[in-house]
Amino acid sequence: MSGIATAAGGPRRPGWKGTGLGLVAWLAGIVFVLPIAWMALTSFHSEADAATNPPSLTASLTFASYREFFGLDGGASPWPALINSTTASVASTVLTLLLALPAAYALSVRPVKKWTDVLFFFLSTKMLPAVAGLLPIYLFAKNAGLLDNIWALVVLYTAMNLPIAVWMMQSFLSEVPVAIIEAAQIDGARLPTVLGRVVAPIALPGIAATALICFIFSWNELLFARVLTGVVAETAPVFLTGFITSQGLFLAKVCAASLVISLPVLAAGFAAQDKLVQGLSLGAVK
Amino acid sequence: MTATTTARVAAVQPRTARPPSRLRAWATRAPLLPALIFMIAVTQLPFVATLVISFLDWNALYPKERHFTGFGNYSQVLSTPELRKSVWTTILLTVTVVLVSLLLGLLLALLLDRRFRGRAAVRTMLIAPFLLVPVASALLWKHVLFNPEYGLFNGVLHWIGGDGAPQPDWISQMPLAAVEASLVWQWTPFMMLILLAGLQSRDPQLIEAARMDGAGDWQVFVHITLPHLRRYLELGVLLGSIYIVQNFDAVFTITSGGLGTANLPYTVYQTFYQAHENGLASAAGVLVVIGSIVIATFALRVVSSLFREEVSGA
Repeated sequence: MSGIATAAGGPRRPGWKGTGLGLVAWLAGIVFVLPIAWMALTSFHSEADAATNPPSLTASLTFASYREFFGLDGGASPWPALINSTTASVASTVLTLLLALPAAYALSVRPVKKWTDVLFFFLSTKMLPAVAGLLPIYLFAKNAGLLDNIWALVVLYTAMNLPIAVWMMQSFLSEVPVAIIEAAQIDGARLPTVLGRVVAPIALPGIAATALICFIFSWNELLFARVLTGVVAETAPVFLTGFITSQGLFLAKVCAASLVISLPVLAAGFAAQDKLVQGLSLGAVK
Repeated sequence: MTATTTARVAAVQPRTARPPSRLRAWATRAPLLPALIFMIAVTQLPFVATLVISFLDWNALYPKERHFTGFGNYSQVLSTPELRKSVWTTILLTVTVVLVSLLLGLLLALLLDRRFRGRAAVRTMLIAPFLLVPVASALLWKHVLFNPEYGLFNGVLHWIGGDGAPQPDWISQMPLAAVEASLVWQWTPFMMLILLAGLQSRDPQLIEAARMDGAGDWQVFVHITLPHLRRYLELGVLLGSIYIVQNFDAVFTITSGGLGTANLPYTVYQTFYQAHENGLASAAGVLVVIGSIVIATFALRVVSSLFREEVSGA
């Protein structure tokens, strides 16, 4: 979405109508972001102020619910869950990139025969719903002693993200000039060197965007994490499900927890904003 | 993927073709194999296992009584009222969320396609709902917005209407609509992003020419924009359907599958995780897959038409 300056919205026609529609757009933006803004405000209120009706906009601000969320006043600490989520997301993203980069190379720079068929095979696996394999995976993990083990999630998240990564990287790598690659190969560089020293640096922005999108999907995942983890390997979304049933006055704490756990995704999402559509549409839309 | 690809293939082909050895072909394929084997092992094999288990009468609590039952599980899924209802709920949930968020997404994309002050900021604000962790967003709707006593919705009603204002219990009075509302809020930005990309890939000269010929906004929209957007709309519908058919987080968090909101993924989860009916859960899982394959066939066609256009054209 680099085309803001050359947007095809026609010539700018100032005047009441244009200003009016601009205001409508602003209004829509505010309506959509309002629940999040309200959540942020509530998270800084005391529990008593958070639970008033009508709502108290101007109540005094406090960090109490953040203190409580991080377990500073006793209670369950979210750190193990946050660390598990970080492990699962980062490790699966790295593994995804390590598998996707050579695959994308074989599908774009030096394409194998029928490379479009292979590309569409990857895409079709993304369309197989997660529940399709949930039970056998659970039974396998149980028999192999991998229940409540974060590395089981790493493998599953890698499989979940690989199709997206292959599609995105395929489109990024096809933009790398082939002459540079051939020059490196004439100099005797082998494939890992070519990929690591020549291709990766040129395709770096694309690889970074791919990594951010894989990270988001892994961080968000609930179904597999819920079924396959318990006390030890619990991830952040599973930690959040502890807030599903009401526990008296806990609104500010829910808001603080939801915000803190969403923060990495918000950061990654805004960083990858321009490539977000491309990743979500599996490379179909640029 | 432009003309350089064809030039590249032409440049590479003679060189690879010179020693027509099998070794060479495998060297080309080698970088692909780890990813391919990994995908088949982790996604295809479990599905085959699901297929096998779906023909077994197998309750995990009574492992010794496991036996082959043919299509027994399938007829049970389709004849048990609750399970049959979850098929219907899945369809209703998916269709409603996809269509409403597509329509809202289209309106927002049209608004954002114009130039106005602070457009980048508005775009960022609109994307934000999509970037909350889905469980967090479901919790936000359940507790912060819908709560009958101190939720924001009833708070605002109280503000506007005073003490006599209605204070509905949103989730118990309209459970499915409550889940749908939270999903629409989350998925509208996705639709908007896809449609905005579509709008910005229109040919500005075509619109300019149409305007020269005296076409108004509405005529440009109906005769140029909509036909151009058709495939982007299809893509939004299909990808949205694929993601929302599989939704688990919102149903699990907002209603825990209660009050008639259990969709198929939630039912599969519950059937094996709580009821330990492995065979039944697998049959329900296979039904989800069959539904997805129907959608996916169309989706693949749309993606491949966009893809081929890009490979050949541009």
